[in-house]
Amino acid sequence: MAQSPAHGTDHHDHHHAAGHHDPQDIKLLGFWIFLVTDVILFATLFATFIVLRGGTDGFETGAELFNMTGVIAETFLLLTSSFTSGLAVLAMHQNKVKPMITWLVVTGLLGAGFLALELIEFVELVHEGATLQTSAYWSSFFTLVGTHGVHVTIGIGWMISIIIQILRRGLNSDTKGKVTVFSLYWHFLDAVWIFLLSIVYLMEVM
Amino acid sequence: MSKKRRSLVRAAFSAVTLVLTMLLLSGCGNYMVLDPKGPIAEKQLDLIIITTLLCSVIIVPVLIITFVIVWRYRASNKKADYKPEWAHNNLLETIWWGIPIVIIIALAIVTVRYTHELEPSKALASDKDEVVIQAVSLNWKWLFLYPEEGIATVNTITIPEGHPVRFELTADSPMNSFWIPELGGQIYAMSGMSMALHLQADEPGTYFGTGANFTGEHFANMTFDVNATSEEEYENFIAEAKSSPETLTAESYEELSKPTEKEEPKLYASFPNGIYESIVTKYMHEGAELHEHGSASAGETNGAATADANNADSEDHSSSHSGH
Amino acid sequence: MLDNIKEFASEFFVTGDPLIYGADASIVLATLGIVFVLTYFKKWGWLWRNWITTVDHKKIGIMYILAAILMLFRGGVDAVMMRTQLAFPDLNFLEPEHYNQIFTTHGVVMIFFMAMPLMFGLFNIVVPLQIGARDVAFPYLNSLSFWLFFAGAMLFNLSFVIGGSPDAGWLAYPPLSGSQFNPGVGMNFYIWGIQISGIGSLASGINFIVTILKMRAPGMTMMKMPMFTWSVFAASTTIIFAFPILTITLLLLFMDRFFGAHFFTLDGGGNPMMYINLIWMWGHPEVYIVVLPAFGVFSETVATFARKRLFGYASMVFAMVIISIISFFTWAHHFFTMGSGANVNAFFAVTTMIIAIPTGVKIFNWLFTMYKGRITFPTPMMWTIAFIPAFVVGGMTGVMLSVAPADFQFHNSYFLIAHFHQVLIGGVVFGYFAGLYYWWPKMFGFKLNEYLGKWAFWFWNIGFYVCFMPQYLVGLDGMTRRISVFSDPNWTGLNVVSTIGAYLMGIAFLFQVAQIGYSIFRHEKDTTGDIWDARTLEFSIPSPAPEYNFAVIPQVHSRDEWWEEKERRRRGEKPWQLGPIEPIHMPKNSAIPAIMAACWFVLGFGLVFHWLWMAIPGLIGVFICLYARSFSAHKAEYYIPVEEIERTEATLRGGAV
Repeated sequence: MAQSPAHGTDHHDHHHAAGHHDPQDIKLLGFWIFLVTDVILFATLFATFIVLRGGTDGFETGAELFNMTGVIAETFLLLTSSFTSGLAVLAMHQNKVKPMITWLVVTGLLGAGFLALELIEFVELVHEGATLQTSAYWSSFFTLVGTHGVHVTIGIGWMISIIIQILRRGLNSDTKGKVTVFSLYWHFLDAVWIFLLSIVYLMEVM
Repeated sequence: MSKKRRSLVRAAFSAVTLVLTMLLLSGCGNYMVLDPKGPIAEKQLDLIIITTLLCSVIIVPVLIITFVIVWRYRASNKKADYKPEWAHNNLLETIWWGIPIVIIIALAIVTVRYTHELEPSKALASDKDEVVIQAVSLNWKWLFLYPEEGIATVNTITIPEGHPVRFELTADSPMNSFWIPELGGQIYAMSGMSMALHLQADEPGTYFGTGANFTGEHFANMTFDVNATSEEEYENFIAEAKSSPETLTAESYEELSKPTEKEEPKLYASFPNGIYESIVTKYMHEGAELHEHGSASAGETNGAATADANNADSEDHSSSHSGH
Repeated sequence: MLDNIKEFASEFFVTGDPLIYGADASIVLATLGIVFVLTYFKKWGWLWRNWITTVDHKKIGIMYILAAILMLFRGGVDAVMMRTQLAFPDLNFLEPEHYNQIFTTHGVVMIFFMAMPLMFGLFNIVVPLQIGARDVAFPYLNSLSFWLFFAGAMLFNLSFVIGGSPDAGWLAYPPLSGSQFNPGVGMNFYIWGIQISGIGSLASGINFIVTILKMRAPGMTMMKMPMFTWSVFAASTTIIFAFPILTITLLLLFMDRFFGAHFFTLDGGGNPMMYINLIWMWGHPEVYIVVLPAFGVFSETVATFARKRLFGYASMVFAMVIISIISFFTWAHHFFTMGSGANVNAFFAVTTMIIAIPTGVKIFNWLFTMYKGRITFPTPMMWTIAFIPAFVVGGMTGVMLSVAPADFQFHNSYFLIAHFHQVLIGGVVFGYFAGLYYWWPKMFGFKLNEYLGKWAFWFWNIGFYVCFMPQYLVGLDGMTRRISVFSDPNWTGLNVVSTIGAYLMGIAFLFQVAQIGYSIFRHEKDTTGDIWDARTLEFSIPSPAPEYNFAVIPQVHSRDEWWEEKERRRRGEKPWQLGPIEPIHMPKNSAIPAIMAACWFVLGFGLVFHWLWMAIPGLIGVFICLYARSFSAHKAEYYIPVEEIERTEATLRGGAV
């Protein structure tokens, strides 16, 4: 999230032989390591869900309450958005600003669609009586799926900021770096969702 | 400077000597863990001694070597060798990877054997009858139930010496730990489950029992007496309890389980049937009833599910659950 | 209206205890004093420009260390109060309620707000200098890490005077820490104080991994890194794997308390044992996170003051890597008594013992670094040597504790307390003190007074043994931790002795304060930048280091590059061929980290009291800061021109080089 002193491109040539560190390279490595911490974060939540899935307290579980049509639609939207974010990066490498922004916007819209469906799913569950307070099962379900949802929401906000910056400053190594890192993040959320789908939804229903 | 340093060193030595003397003086009493009164504590002490000796094999030479090296190679000692480039030696490094490995392997073998032998849920082999005592941690006192005799006590237990005792532990409070140092090591007492701990006293006496895991404000008052007596005296104790004017009822249990600062030892002539089981399953049933979906069968599945969850983080949990 | 306010105030502020009123008064007075001094000497701008908005790793390091010393004072006062109560349990110096709060805050403050910042302070000051870098990889993030730590620490400490302190032990096991048994706000302070500073720690972990992987001077391969840098790398790697678990664990506890979720509750199918597992999956690696850098410090000091190369470099690296890996597989030894069964206990007992092997190897390597050396004994070396017996004995009791069936007799007793204090003080505190004395001249350009330092050293060491040796014994005599009163007369003598030890350590701390205070006014200046005749790159530059660290970054050929360079010069060989000075590219100061941390503080405070009207603006503030940074990051740098660098270098080196 642009936490490093984003070194502008125009200064690159001045670097002394010792200042051989490529700022984008450093940022990318930093982001990969951030993703490692996020993997541990989700792994802990998955472990929590797996341990607590028996803690139903006599209440119904996802097996009875999940609306799988909605879940599959969510999956479809998120997977497609991951693909379109890939297309955006492709366009970026060819320095095509307009197609790139278009694909980013499509990615964002698909992500927003995913979030909308997830919200609808949550509201339906709450109507069925399944809330955070219902049982350990539902506490861990909402926390795990919700944490992923919060990640998607932050991702969309972040992407909007990147689009604005590209519109203002154009494509340069700094903004390109931001798009690369963002698409990494977005693919990561996709991968987490695959695990969510299989462990939380499919294993429960099947 | 050197004079000052010497006086500092002398001050240090005299302080250390003073402390050691004080320790020895105050150490005249017997330390509970080092003065076992039952077979479990005895074996645990053996194990403590074995591990101390095994560790000492390495620790004592290291302490001596440290002193020798630091003394000999002080800069002011011009006679000592100085080899500033010497920084690697395969043989030496193999030796000091090797020695700890050997010691740890020995220690590991001992530990694994004893861990199985001293598994607290394992009943003690004995030709005498086993006494069962159910202990409930409450805020801030211990309730003890004698299911075979139908009596109950608070903050005191009496056991016949030489008989194996099976403690079943639970809590109607935050997690506690049940510890009688002279008879053997502790086990947690937790809400929603029943843990087993087998101990035995080999000689008569009054032993110190305590809660060992912090449960809140007046946790320090959760101590209790363990009276190991002859069989006769044990029978007398049972008779005395049975003639106690007080009985534990569902209502008086409710009252007892409320937090109190300190409770004096107490005897109850009787207690409601199945109260221990209902404490263990308290949250399962209540939880199930809270929801409309709750039914008898829901309560049951729920109980099983909780057991599953417990097994998830400790594969061998079922062995320590009492079979209710 | 007035009554309402009164009622609110009596709940909001902690009342009814003279000790707390005293604290209130001293906090208000200290704050007023600071405000007055800053205003009188017109130092607000200086504070803002040079410290609050700085992204310079050296200044951030100094702020970390300053905060850590303050927290050491607070945690130490807690300790002395506890020991006073235990020496005279019948005097009721502390009510049980108060005592419980104090042992909780003592643990939390010492680990999270003393050991961690002292560690990050040393990381910050030393690592970039040691690897020949101009700053850390992400200077802005570094500043954010510090301010998050600071906000978390302040939030936690506020609980002393506002709302009430947490009282469920330093790891806050549920259900005791859940709302069922602990409805007050103290536990909320615990959750958010640690959570906010924990996010900062996580970010620091990432920062130092990238710094070490990407910012090393040319020629410095991984196996030529100084050992302290290796220890930072090992600790940071452990941080990024361990701290997310803490983040989630605290989040779940928060969900239970705030939203009524059922993760760790007794009812609703929750599982308190899961918390104990999770917190120790973080907690055990955490112990190694704080001790590994101490090992790193010893590796530096022992080589410098024995004037000899570090023995068995490869073994040392390998040992450290093994320790950080195995540290993730030992957590259940903290609750052998949970009844997990013989197989589980045996597994965790053996993994725990295995850690003793690489640790033992490290001790041997340090000893043989001194073997055939020329040992001098300035304060950093004294702490290093004192560490060896302390840690060896502490390690031995650790191995004893790892023997599961024997642990049934040690667990939760003072034997355990004595053990972990022995390794944490004997290992971590001694190590960080050694590091602090060793790098102090590098930080401030002058040496700390050795005479007072030695008094402090002896008081610490004697106090340490006097305090903790009796605790082993009283533990063997059945005394459990976390009790404020006891009736067994056998315990009294041992407790009194232990308390004397605690007071000796308190006096030792006063000696250190005096030492620092005295040295500020009368000291030996570090004119060469290499006051210890040391071995690594940080001593090749002036003290204190200029803001850009290295005017020209050297080419590294060997492990002890600076030592080798000095050898070359002594032999009259060709010294370093440093390139010409070029303009240096530096990050600009930024106010965003401090502001963002303030927003986190507001968010945390709101959530502590369940005031959403306060929490939500705090959260929005956090996001505004993130946006502001994202939009301004590309402008956050500047160049130092060559003339200025030459000028600075000439002043710093007195025209020598």
